[in-house]
Amino acid sequence: MKPILQVKQLAKRYGDRYGCRDVNFELYEGEVLCIVGESGSGKSTLLATLAGRLAADEGEVTFRDANGDWHELSTLAEAERRRLARTEWGFVTQHARDGLRMGVSAGANVSERLMALGHRHYGQLRATAAEWLEKVEIGAERLDDPPSRFSGGMQQRLQIARNLVTRPRLVFMDEPTGGLDVSVQARFLDLLRRLVHESGVAVIMVTHDLGVARLLAHRTLVMQQGRVVEAGLTDQILDDPQHPYTQLLVSSIVQA
Amino acid sequence: MTLLIAARQLSKTFVLHQQDGLELPVLADVSLEVHAGECVALTGPSGAGKSTLLKALYANYLVQHGTLNILRHGRWIDMARAAPHEIVAVRRDTLGYVSQFLRVIPRVSALDIVAEPLIEQGEERETARERAGALLERLNIAERLWNLPPATFSGGEQQRVNIARGLVAPRPVLLLDEPTASLDAANRAVVVELMREAKARGAALVGIFHDEATRDAIADRLFTVPLARRHTKEIAT
Repeated sequence: MKPILQVKQLAKRYGDRYGCRDVNFELYEGEVLCIVGESGSGKSTLLATLAGRLAADEGEVTFRDANGDWHELSTLAEAERRRLARTEWGFVTQHARDGLRMGVSAGANVSERLMALGHRHYGQLRATAAEWLEKVEIGAERLDDPPSRFSGGMQQRLQIARNLVTRPRLVFMDEPTGGLDVSVQARFLDLLRRLVHESGVAVIMVTHDLGVARLLAHRTLVMQQGRVVEAGLTDQILDDPQHPYTQLLVSSIVQA
Repeated sequence: MTLLIAARQLSKTFVLHQQDGLELPVLADVSLEVHAGECVALTGPSGAGKSTLLKALYANYLVQHGTLNILRHGRWIDMARAAPHEIVAVRRDTLGYVSQFLRVIPRVSALDIVAEPLIEQGEERETARERAGALLERLNIAERLWNLPPATFSGGEQQRVNIARGLVAPRPVLLLDEPTASLDAANRAVVVELMREAKARGAALVGIFHDEATRDAIADRLFTVPLARRHTKEIAT
């Protein structure tokens, strides 16, 4: 197995303060990695920097595309970065309104990335969109409804369809379950787990919920004050945490 | 017979940072070898580290010292040092962990929970589900329950679903954490039979069996986990 992402000494500064720093890891094909930590620990900053949405101040992020070519994000031209973001990556946001076009139909939301890749056949686009709405349990009959008429859970599932439709190799997710009720969350997580499994896509997900990490992630990074304080297999981190902060996090879980 | 597990000089000390860095040595200089077709029962008083050793072999717990080699496709992998994606691969096709503690996944049916390890090994979904069903049947889980998520099952039913999940894929190394505890006699006999079948196909088994009859029925030898010296650090008061 080969890595698809290599991260070395990555840092992002806000003025003279570090949002995240000294981050090193490799991600392999089909791996699901969760980044956990409390608010302000730098999780979302790290995610945005990995995805090239924020420019790194130190270190590097290299991505291997489907052809096997490596790209270092900081030296990448903007057009090339956009091409990768459209074809090889996905990004699921915590708030659906940041990740969806709320004014256009669900079908158009799903088709957008396909059209950006040059698909033009209207009937085919519609059929693919309908198929994906079924896959994410929204139902093809809602094809022409705008996401503004959807519930929060449906909006998040629509984001998944919109991102996975082009079969990306790496999807970034920023607290995708953050705004969902627990009952809605279970359905979303089960669906996500299944789709990730079937498609073999690699995922980097920010969450503050250790239960979500346990359910979905092979590996977990624990962040505190902008640094990764512990990294490893998810079940090892949760069952045998080493760092004082991780021990505190794990012992703070409320048992249902 | 082929050596499948070679654990050498394992040491494990828990450091509890929330208790002023209290140190609890659990494993000290533990070495264990297990061959194909052999079953080793871990013994020792409660708290001696049987369960810790089993979890360390699965790389669920980290060891501070020692090597922990598992033979995978003719190559030794040191689980104490392997990268996470390698450990995931070893667990997928070589190393199984069988316990009764089911972590329920919302909305996933009992049949799919049991079939999942086979699908991860590349088995066709339908074949995997058939084999999962056959195993659930042997473990006396009524067919009307197969398509339901086990969250609402009785404790005993959940245990057996998890045992089925742990044993459905024929992995060459099996770690068994009290697989028969609190099962009735009929189901205990089924689990013993399943473990014997695993041995017969050349699997190496390491287990904790509190029930003596089960231990006598399955284990070839006993391994007493040596007590680590409890020289706990002084806590400032």
